[in-house]
Amino acid sequence: MQWEIVIGLEIHAQLSTQSKIFSGASTAYGAQPNTQACAVDIALPGVLPVLNYGAVERAIKFGLAIGAKINSPSIFARKNYFYPDLPKGYQISQFELPIVQGGSVKIQVGDSEKIVRLTRAHLEEDAGKSLHEEFHGMSGIDLNRAGTPLLEIVSEPDMRSSAEAVAYAKALHTLVRWTGICDGNMQEGSFRCDANVSVRPRGTETFGTRCEIKNLNSFRFLEKAIDFEARRQIEILEDGGSITQETRLYDASRDETRTMRSKEEAHDYRYFPDPDLLPLEISREWIEQVRAMLPELPEARRHRYIQDFGLTVYDASVLTAAREIADYFENTVKQLPTQAKLCANWIMGEVSGRLNKENIEITQCPVGPKQLAELLMRVSDGTISGKSAKDVFDSMWQGEHSGNADAIIAAKGLKQISDDGEIEKLIDQVLAAHPQQVADYHGGKEKAFNSLVGQVMKATKGKANPGQVNMILKKKLLE
Amino acid sequence: MTLSLDDVKRVANLARIEISEDEAQQVLMQLSGIFDLIEQMQAIETSNIEPMSHAQDMIQRLREDVVTESDQHMLFQAIAPQVEAGLYLVPKVIE
Repeated sequence: MQWEIVIGLEIHAQLSTQSKIFSGASTAYGAQPNTQACAVDIALPGVLPVLNYGAVERAIKFGLAIGAKINSPSIFARKNYFYPDLPKGYQISQFELPIVQGGSVKIQVGDSEKIVRLTRAHLEEDAGKSLHEEFHGMSGIDLNRAGTPLLEIVSEPDMRSSAEAVAYAKALHTLVRWTGICDGNMQEGSFRCDANVSVRPRGTETFGTRCEIKNLNSFRFLEKAIDFEARRQIEILEDGGSITQETRLYDASRDETRTMRSKEEAHDYRYFPDPDLLPLEISREWIEQVRAMLPELPEARRHRYIQDFGLTVYDASVLTAAREIADYFENTVKQLPTQAKLCANWIMGEVSGRLNKENIEITQCPVGPKQLAELLMRVSDGTISGKSAKDVFDSMWQGEHSGNADAIIAAKGLKQISDDGEIEKLIDQVLAAHPQQVADYHGGKEKAFNSLVGQVMKATKGKANPGQVNMILKKKLLE
Repeated sequence: MTLSLDDVKRVANLARIEISEDEAQQVLMQLSGIFDLIEQMQAIETSNIEPMSHAQDMIQRLREDVVTESDQHMLFQAIAPQVEAGLYLVPKVIE
């Protein structure tokens, strides 16, 4: 039987505010345990939550970026469960009337485009952290993270493969960083994924029983966990069994998912509106203000790069993977408007390669877009060869001659010989010195020609344009 | 809607409230009384009334996104039963 995989994702994006969602404690990462957990975060009796403007604004920004409805009023609810890293005994979240409703994201898998619909995105507070090692059989609780603002982004079950799920997660990851609402740092847990996976016979309408996989903190794990889980479910069904709805944990070291809790043990959260928080109203004016702050979004830029610069879909996608890369590209092209493809190739090739090697961000690149454009200008007008350009780029990276391309070209004597007369003179010398090859060529040996080209290039120390040499040499040999 | 004794026990368990059999019986009576009241209210025509999410007809005020709290963990931890390396210690929990 042919099986179809059905996937929906829940993504928790930590919002990039200075302070927590309901208190004035800092959200900075990596502080000493409990030094950023104030009376509200540790739930001392009598404290009250006060909502952070910055968290709401970021949620609105996200909603507008995906073309969703911003609910007003929007309601906060208590999600009740007991765990030591949740000191109040409930998490303040949203249930009915989440701040963001609907919307969609366009994804690209291979050559095809697809729309993934979003169900909702709601604001909530993060819990603290439990440390289970080395405390005389006890658990240690750090509440620094408690109260950190999160946007939980829930998709519709619109994805049909792990590749689509990864493309969607990456598109959201790009979008939240692009709009500046989340730093997207997956190692620090600023962007976390849970996947709902089910399978059904291809062609059927009803969904199969789903399992939720938690703990997916990289795109690679997301892909592997979904693939493993789908295989597991298909095997069970093909053996005549049935799937139990449950929450499963992905174990990266064994590349498998395993039961975390079954439906019977599933939490009954008893949501109800939080009486400590009044309904949140978001005015038209506020929404329009936020809309005016939105940068040009990745999809719009991608479209523009294809339309205006004639780039391929692939190139446009790579260059819009992060706003910083796109900005770098545009600032380069601004200096060299007719050479967009050359700029794109260099940024995706030499520049990214070097950044990866040195493990630095494009914003820290020692060769700025204007400098790169100066170098590429010399490639496009034929002053230097593409091969020499790489040497010049290397020198620019090292900061030689203040990173000035023209100064480096002059100092290294890399200027190509493009004067016909000069090349002709060198060719005459080479032909006179190698009568045997000339005779071989006239005797029908094509290889002799290549050998002569090689000799000429050697005589010019590689500075001649090989195309030009070919042409002149051919002409000379016919004389 | 009628409430069963099992419902009462389940709710007590979810809320981590320990109750005896006698107390459960008593609570069942009390909660059933409340459910009767709710049932009477259900008879009221509400289709034209906007649902209310809060008892007060006011809107949420927001605070500016600035850090206003300083580190007071020493003070807070003075009343904690057990503390080590800045962490609150609790009976071991692993899910």
